[in-house]
Amino acid sequence: MTDLGIAIDSSTETGGRGAFRMFLRNKAAVAGLVVFTFIVLVTIFGPGIYGVEAHKMAAGPFLGPGDDAGPLLGTDYLGRDILAGVITGGRTTLFVAAVAGTMAMGLGLVVGSLAGYFGGWIDALLMRFTEIFQAMPSLLFSLVLIYLMGPGTWKETLAIGLTLWALPARLTRAEFLRVREMEFVKASRAIGSNDLRIMTRTILPNAMPPLLVAATLLVVIAILFHAGLAFLGMVDINTISWGSIMGKNRNYTLTAWWTVAFPGIAIVITGLSIALIGDGLQDAFNPKLRGR
Amino acid sequence: MIALARSIGIRLGQAIGLLLAVVVIVFLLIQIAPGDAALYLAGEQGVGDAEFLAKIRADYGLDQPLLVQLGTYVGNVAQLDLGESTYFSQPVLGLILERLVATVLLAGAALLFSVTIGVALGVFTARRPESPASHGVTVMSLVGFATPVFWLALMFIVVFAAKWGILPVGGIEDVRYEGGWFGETIDTLQHLVLPAISLGIIYLAIYSRLARASMLEVLESDYIRTARAKGAHERVVVYKHALRNGIIPVVTAAGLQIGNLLSGALLVEFVFAWPGIGRLMITSIFRRDSPMVVGIVIFSAAMVIIANLLTDLVYRFIDPRIRVGGSR
Repeated sequence: MTDLGIAIDSSTETGGRGAFRMFLRNKAAVAGLVVFTFIVLVTIFGPGIYGVEAHKMAAGPFLGPGDDAGPLLGTDYLGRDILAGVITGGRTTLFVAAVAGTMAMGLGLVVGSLAGYFGGWIDALLMRFTEIFQAMPSLLFSLVLIYLMGPGTWKETLAIGLTLWALPARLTRAEFLRVREMEFVKASRAIGSNDLRIMTRTILPNAMPPLLVAATLLVVIAILFHAGLAFLGMVDINTISWGSIMGKNRNYTLTAWWTVAFPGIAIVITGLSIALIGDGLQDAFNPKLRGR
Repeated sequence: MIALARSIGIRLGQAIGLLLAVVVIVFLLIQIAPGDAALYLAGEQGVGDAEFLAKIRADYGLDQPLLVQLGTYVGNVAQLDLGESTYFSQPVLGLILERLVATVLLAGAALLFSVTIGVALGVFTARRPESPASHGVTVMSLVGFATPVFWLALMFIVVFAAKWGILPVGGIEDVRYEGGWFGETIDTLQHLVLPAISLGIIYLAIYSRLARASMLEVLESDYIRTARAKGAHERVVVYKHALRNGIIPVVTAAGLQIGNLLSGALLVEFVFAWPGIGRLMITSIFRRDSPMVVGIVIFSAAMVIIANLLTDLVYRFIDPRIRVGGSR
């Protein structure tokens, strides 16, 4: 798949532009980007264009996909349109995942950069603190948070965000430890930059590539998390999401497989497209790892 | 030998400290959460006057200062007392232990399946890096990473249990079955196949890619070239020399993933009506059985911490170079 000449040529380029060009040469990554953009557009404009309300009865119950009497992807036990559900449900799922992923990334960046930059007792303290959250199985922990806070979209988002920050924290710390010792950081210190400036302007940009890849993974994990919580019925029951459609139709899986299959397929395609983008970023930033 | 015992001792001490910290954090979270425990308990009894509330506060120690409450709680947990379930009126720990076997069986089978097949696939494709199978591993790992485990479980039920009828739909045993222990074991294993594969296949996707990447790297290293140069048989080079180093990242990942494995097991138990800890957690949440919910979280954290300790020990076994533990 790899033309050796091109690979060497690109890897000698430095900076974001070279990486961007590398990314564009990766067909799978570009496909991921196109598909993901399409999904985002569908969740934003789709409900308006399709015009069927997801929570209302659209036709008879349990109509299979392709049934002439019903909508394209069939209907569920209350005769609700599955396609409308998938289009509308994506909004909640993607919104929660994006916000929770950003929240986890932000928390992880703060904790990890403080630990990696200052080292010593600050590092020891913050890392012990991180370990506590890593010891609790994340889904169980977010279940407890929702149990304590009660359901609601923002609370669910918070419960997911507060569970997933340990991974980016450890990664940020490792990157800061690595970059901290480099010459240009010493140079920045020598010209009198303060700690905050060194952390945000000098180290962070150089620690960014693996963190960007981690951010894509976090969003996929957050999508799966929200789907799992909604499937278990732990979220606001009035909000339609990919997970909640599957949860509500779970008992009818054997008679109406399509009610569960299509929301799940939507998750797999979305997650895969984001993972492909992450994979492309990884290859672009670190050509040595190509194909691994 | 003394150094080994000492480093294991240090790791053990760290593990206990970590568990203690988990207990404290969980305790504090419950304090921060809105709601008055005494009011809730009074509501369950159907009495709400001030005198009764005061009695509840005194009975449950809720009138004590926060630090005293924390001390009592940590002391109880240290004596393996996780409180009493409000739904079952039985000790929480006993109820958890009753369901532990089912969860360990499920998670253990999934782990075994994913690690063995994953490593085998990884080794196979690492020796043929440009083959279709090799690219297949990369694609499958991304698909597996993006797939909700509960959805896969439901789809398996649709295909294998409902359409083809070759495997049971749920539960851990067939209640209609009457026979010897051998038949019962076969029956349980039949019930185990679909849950374990649904859970394991997600990790199989991840481990096969990890094993492949790691083996590719190891097979390029100098000592492998030396081994080949001295005329060692290719099979010996791959399975004896390379595999031992190549498997380390997979063991690391598997150890670190135990918490996620338990999270996945919770969803799979829910789908397959598998009578494990995860299902108990979900039903306890719906019953608002707080001591049970909190007990399960602390217990699972203990399981993760113990699993991480065991991973450390496995390291020492696989890689004698690792003497001082703890670098993760």
